[in-house]
Amino acid sequence: MSETAITAMAARSAPRRMSHPAFWLASIAAALVAIIALRAFGSEYAYFAATFVLQYVVLATAWNILGGYAGYVNFGAAAFFAAGAYTTVAIGKALGLSLLPCIAFAAAVGGALGFGTGILTLRLRGAYFAIATLCLSVVLQTLVVNWDYVGGSRGAYVIRPREVPWPFDSYSGYLCAIMVVLAAASVAIARSIETSRLGLGLAALRDDEAAAEAAGVPTLRLKLVATTISGAMMAVAGAPLPYLGSYVEPNSAFGLAYAVNAIAMPLIGGTGSWAGPLIGAILLASLQQAATVTISSAANLLIVGVVLVVFVCAAPHGIIGLFRRRA
Amino acid sequence: MDPDLALLLNGIVSGLLLGGLYAAAAAGLSVSFGMLDVVNIAHPAFMVLGSLIVALLWAATGLDPLLLSILLTPAFWALGAAIYVAYHHFFERRGDEAIQGLAFFFGVMFIIEVGLVLAIGPEQHFVDAAYANTTWRLGEIDLPLRMLVPALVSFAAIGGLVLFLRRTFTGRAIAAVAQDREALRLLAIDPVRIKRLAFGISIAMAALAGGALVVVQPVDAWSGHVFIGRVFAVVIMGGLSSLGGCVLAALAFGVVENVTASFYGPSWSPAVAFGCLLLVLAVRPQGFFGRTA
Amino acid sequence: MKDISRRDLGRLALAAAATVPATARAQTAPSGPPIRIGYSMSLSGGLAGNGRPALLAHRIWAEEVNAKGGLLGRPVELVHYDDQSTGAQVPGIYTKLIDVDKVDLVISGYATAIIAPAMPVVMQRNMTFVSLFGTGVNADFKYDRYFSINPAGSNVKETFAKGFMDIAMAMDPKPRSIGLVNLDSDFHQRTAESARHLARENRLRIVYDRAYPPSTVDFTPIIRSVQAARPDIVFVGSYPPDTAGLLRAASELRVNFQLFGGPMIGPHITAQKMQLGPILNNLVVWDVYAPEPTLQFPGTQALIERYQPLAARENTDALGHYVPPLAYAQMQVLEQAVRRVGRIDQAALAADMHANQFDTVIGPLRFDAMGEWTEERNLYTQYQGVQGNGIDQFKKAGTQVILYPQRYKSGEFRKPYTAGA
Repeated sequence: MSETAITAMAARSAPRRMSHPAFWLASIAAALVAIIALRAFGSEYAYFAATFVLQYVVLATAWNILGGYAGYVNFGAAAFFAAGAYTTVAIGKALGLSLLPCIAFAAAVGGALGFGTGILTLRLRGAYFAIATLCLSVVLQTLVVNWDYVGGSRGAYVIRPREVPWPFDSYSGYLCAIMVVLAAASVAIARSIETSRLGLGLAALRDDEAAAEAAGVPTLRLKLVATTISGAMMAVAGAPLPYLGSYVEPNSAFGLAYAVNAIAMPLIGGTGSWAGPLIGAILLASLQQAATVTISSAANLLIVGVVLVVFVCAAPHGIIGLFRRRA
Repeated sequence: MDPDLALLLNGIVSGLLLGGLYAAAAAGLSVSFGMLDVVNIAHPAFMVLGSLIVALLWAATGLDPLLLSILLTPAFWALGAAIYVAYHHFFERRGDEAIQGLAFFFGVMFIIEVGLVLAIGPEQHFVDAAYANTTWRLGEIDLPLRMLVPALVSFAAIGGLVLFLRRTFTGRAIAAVAQDREALRLLAIDPVRIKRLAFGISIAMAALAGGALVVVQPVDAWSGHVFIGRVFAVVIMGGLSSLGGCVLAALAFGVVENVTASFYGPSWSPAVAFGCLLLVLAVRPQGFFGRTA
Repeated sequence: MKDISRRDLGRLALAAAATVPATARAQTAPSGPPIRIGYSMSLSGGLAGNGRPALLAHRIWAEEVNAKGGLLGRPVELVHYDDQSTGAQVPGIYTKLIDVDKVDLVISGYATAIIAPAMPVVMQRNMTFVSLFGTGVNADFKYDRYFSINPAGSNVKETFAKGFMDIAMAMDPKPRSIGLVNLDSDFHQRTAESARHLARENRLRIVYDRAYPPSTVDFTPIIRSVQAARPDIVFVGSYPPDTAGLLRAASELRVNFQLFGGPMIGPHITAQKMQLGPILNNLVVWDVYAPEPTLQFPGTQALIERYQPLAARENTDALGHYVPPLAYAQMQVLEQAVRRVGRIDQAALAADMHANQFDTVIGPLRFDAMGEWTEERNLYTQYQGVQGNGIDQFKKAGTQVILYPQRYKSGEFRKPYTAGA
């Protein structure tokens, strides 16, 4: 299944430093392997579970660009995620476009939203920034609720097209393949940022913003770039959501679960590197999906809380940190 | 009286009463987040925990819910102190408090909520205070005791807290820990002990706020969610460590919400209130009543 | 771990519950592989307050069917997962149910937000789908194997508020103006639309028409603005936490309206009935069931009597007048169709449901082409003579009288509504 494929990819690429093109090629290869494996498996439930997990891979990776690399905690991940979902609804309805162009629009909208957040919160640090993003989430949800064109509080129905693009056997398979590609791309983007000058600048920002500024790091510009990229990627994670459930309504699209998971997954995996959110997302999302269909009571929500608390207490640098220390 | 004027006055008065509830909810956070720099996002969850325990005790004993919540404060103080010990041990001591500490409280919030559902179910719980069906009237202005009594109790509690912080040695030490930990060490005061005490107080305030909340409305395990944004907004607008500023900001927040709801329809009131906060953050991040850094 | 032992205990309890009546007095013990009925149900989150009573009604049904020899001679087994009141969980649950658990039949969980996300999955496998409390779900999907257990019918705009308006227009003197307040949610947008439409038809002046957001804490400004607009009658659409807030505010502001109410979901839940007590007097509420002599069908009373002790033990809604009868009827529809068809055949089941009438604990039902009830049954009831906060008064007839529709009418309309003053 896709999880194993991607962890295999992670294992393959972790030991030595790959060049950017090599990593991108590895990502593409991993995505192809994952798609073919899923296609061969051919179970609708596998498609769904994989899509569910991969959407969190994209979301967590996107959050980590700002939260992990630059140290800015975004509580409003759900707002960006929902912005992506509602872009799909609005563009699909206005222009009758299919999912792929909608994803591009979602990236643009999310990027613009991220840029705007960055501008608005230029002077804010630490908890202030986190609270500002939380407010943004409330304001955006109120706007959507009052926007009748996308259904307002009634929610909007997005009916899956009847014909399925070649060579997929079902629309779920197609959606899943799209998610695989998005996840691979977002991991590759995160890795590229991490090892580039941008990543170094963001790390300087995280460690000591004042010192970085004094040393000539263009902190404001870096921050804007990071909020824009992170926002665009989070919106991309949300863009396929309307097709996944055929129905979106503000309460679920802006759900607390997305905001919590976007923070919890990178923290559990480890925020310092691209592999952290990937591992965290795969672990936690699979656990949640499995718990939903096995334990299936209020208790399965406990898992997220307990896992989160145990990990931040016992493994402050995430799973990656555990391995680094041992190695 | 002109009906519009009466509507406006009543909007303001009911906003002030609502602000009393917000102040109760935010005061504890103003101590933990404002003074101790502990971003306790689970604060509203503690408040709901208080509410539901009060509701259960009320059903068992029939005592006044606000009295019950006052009786509950020592237990909540101990709970808060215990949580601070864990928080300090795992995060503050290591200097990891920023993101990890936040996530810790996120997890605590989930555990409290789900624990409540498992223990007492997802239904709403309520109490019936003896005064909840009485309304005082001053001319055209209504003062429902359901809102007024919790607001007054919370103002009294906050007033007591302010006096404690200003007048007693320990209280001043708490105020000092917010500004300079090292200075406390020089005075041979253990800052960790002071912070433990203060965090306990903040959680005890949450119990009191819980009592106020359950008098005002029925409460279920998730009732805290609508307060998360509001209490942080109030604390930030109030300028973090200033309890007086926190009360004023809470009142302003309530008035903005209710006047918007009276005149422009309730659907815009959250956006207006949080829009205000975004503006405050963008223009004056230290809050209306805060010191400039 | 702890969770697992809890689940095992639950299973044991279920197994014990299922076997006891069967061994006590079985006609012919069901045999063979069980007929598995799969669905998602909200056992945690905001919908759980109604999801848990629905599940209890389903379990009562399963026990009764198994005690009477099962379905087609096979035992029935319920396979359900908790969706946490989150629509995003639902597609996964249904693909798991159909692909991995290989259930024979699917039904829906509780409420539109849970039903709609299940639709594409169910439609892809062409399964017959009986839903619970969904409003207008099939208007967009147009799925011919969808059947809805919801009294609102298919023409919500024309019919939903009709009972309310009929009561209003029969008043003397006739009302001239109306105020509309509703929660900003799917269901209440639709109900408010119906009220708006019928108000215009009846030439009522709409003097207040506003929606409020789900996060509202203080309802006083809303009631005060309504009061300031001076409508003769007020139509309100709300859900439980807000209903209590609205009615408390109405009581504090000494409202006096000739007619006040609507789909105020709140007193439907027992705890809220008891809390509000006399504030409910003369409130006109949309409902699906009331324990009145005019609304008794075969099995209704028996279900309520079986439900209440179980509910007390499981600490869920004490009276069970709101969701449980409909949830039970949802299973009865499935049961009767399977018995008539004689095998599990999705196409034949759907054809049978379109063709025939079903006798359920909430009365006889027929489905139209869209799977809604051919005859809507929006009840408008009025609380009368409520004293104090005791539970027993709500168990007997005469406390919640039915005013509309005419054929179930059990009492006379009283006015005005003064919120217990």
